[in-house]
Amino acid sequence: MSQPILLRERPPGARQLLMNGIFGENPVFRLALSLCPAVAVTTTVANGIMLGVAVLLVQVLSSVTVALTRRAIHPRVRIPVYTIIIAVWVSAIDMVLAGFFPSLYAQVGLYVKLIVAFAIIISRLEVFASRMPLIPTFWDGLGMGLGFLFALIVIGVFRELLGSGAILGYAVVPEKPLLFFALPAGGFFSIGLLMAFFNVLERRRNGGKASAGGGGGHGHG
Amino acid sequence: MVDRRRSRSRSVARWIALLAGVVLFMVALAATAVAAPPADGGFIQGARILVPDHLRLQLAGPAPALDPANFRLTDSRAPDVPIDIREVVAEPGNKVLLTVGERLDPSAAYRIEIREPAGARDVRPAPWALLLTVVLSSALINNFVFTRYLGLCIFFGVSKKRDTAVGMGITFSLVMILSAMLSWALFSLVMVPLQIRFLQVLVFIGVVAFLVQALDTILKKTHRSLHQKWGVYLMLITTNCIILAVPLLNAAADSGPAESFALALGSGIGFALALFLMSCAREKLELARVPVAFQGLPIAFTLAGLFALAFMGFSGLSFLR
Repeated sequence: MSQPILLRERPPGARQLLMNGIFGENPVFRLALSLCPAVAVTTTVANGIMLGVAVLLVQVLSSVTVALTRRAIHPRVRIPVYTIIIAVWVSAIDMVLAGFFPSLYAQVGLYVKLIVAFAIIISRLEVFASRMPLIPTFWDGLGMGLGFLFALIVIGVFRELLGSGAILGYAVVPEKPLLFFALPAGGFFSIGLLMAFFNVLERRRNGGKASAGGGGGHGHG
Repeated sequence: MVDRRRSRSRSVARWIALLAGVVLFMVALAATAVAAPPADGGFIQGARILVPDHLRLQLAGPAPALDPANFRLTDSRAPDVPIDIREVVAEPGNKVLLTVGERLDPSAAYRIEIREPAGARDVRPAPWALLLTVVLSSALINNFVFTRYLGLCIFFGVSKKRDTAVGMGITFSLVMILSAMLSWALFSLVMVPLQIRFLQVLVFIGVVAFLVQALDTILKKTHRSLHQKWGVYLMLITTNCIILAVPLLNAAADSGPAESFALALGSGIGFALALFLMSCAREKLELARVPVAFQGLPIAFTLAGLFALAFMGFSGLSFLR
């Protein structure tokens, strides 16, 4: 992260935006945004994937909607309008998931509805989609969504493997190594450990300098 | 100076009294809704659970045959499985005391039937037991922060200092109760009859945003000092998951006004408690030497994990049973 992408003059390319969302500004590990669902649903990988896909769809769809309509939205009322756009897409995705994956939905349904209050989505709309044309906005939304999905899968694998010795429901280890990680308390520990791990990685890359990301930042969402 | 301080404290008192009045009114409303008389039960006029394993019936006439086989008690969740009745004793005033073979839960619903003379009645949960259960379970057993992971955003952002944590907790609980009651009214009086349940996300976030904005405007005009102190927290509340989760949970469970109120109250208390505990611990943490990689959020998460571990102990909490 040499320079925030937004300060550059021309909209960056697709590949750069994707990598930025997944690694450089990963919503969970680096920006420390939208932590609630990251802890709540990641007891299994399947739950994490379900919520991650929902967030990905909502992020891309609402980013694209805002990019298309940004000239029509008066700056003064933009926040309520963004909220309504997100809420509409969340309701749509919510109904689709409830219809096609009823058993998974029964476990994460509440959190799918709560996507509407995720800080990551509205902050992306405010920071990126409201100022950039359609194509970069699409890639930015996709990158952020994929970054979120990636983070949920990492935490989900970590917790499911340690907690119940399985991945996606298939037993990998014969017994349950550390049941603790499948319990509510384990979720907090896993996030803390993974964040510290990402901080160490970042410090290595910066040659020992203190990192400013997930470590020092204050959480929202 | 003194005069201004006095007027400020008076305005604070008036504001608190107003809020307390609203809350009391809602409690009264909720209590009447719960205590509404159920349909007539024929021969059985009243039934009350006496903890742990007694049921007292008020009959319309003299007690019938005091044979346990004459009575049938079932859990309303399992209407085919009769609960074993051990002993039936008549009491003065057309009352009968049943002793059953298992513990009865005062917050659950049962059904009592008499064969001869025929009569049946639903044993409604006692209002206090139901509300107490909901409040306790949402505040401690299913604490929103530590077992459902909601509101982590504000939880980690605001729990650095004890004063802010207390202010936030109080503001939060009040807004939560108001928004839950408002959403309940909208949901059950407007949305269900119109069959637009699927719009709940849209409507509830609108309700929360409207309420926060309205409170902010009113407070700014009428109680400037209060607004200066707590206005910041109000703005933070708008995009919070807990405040939105309470109406959603209420809607999913089709709760009545009393249960909605109890859930909002319990979650508010639970969140305030979590904030307070966490802020106390984090103030101590300032003095501790934390490994560089863990500084900031990682150590806060680990700390929250320890609290969550402690809160798991509450899952055994069921002194009503």
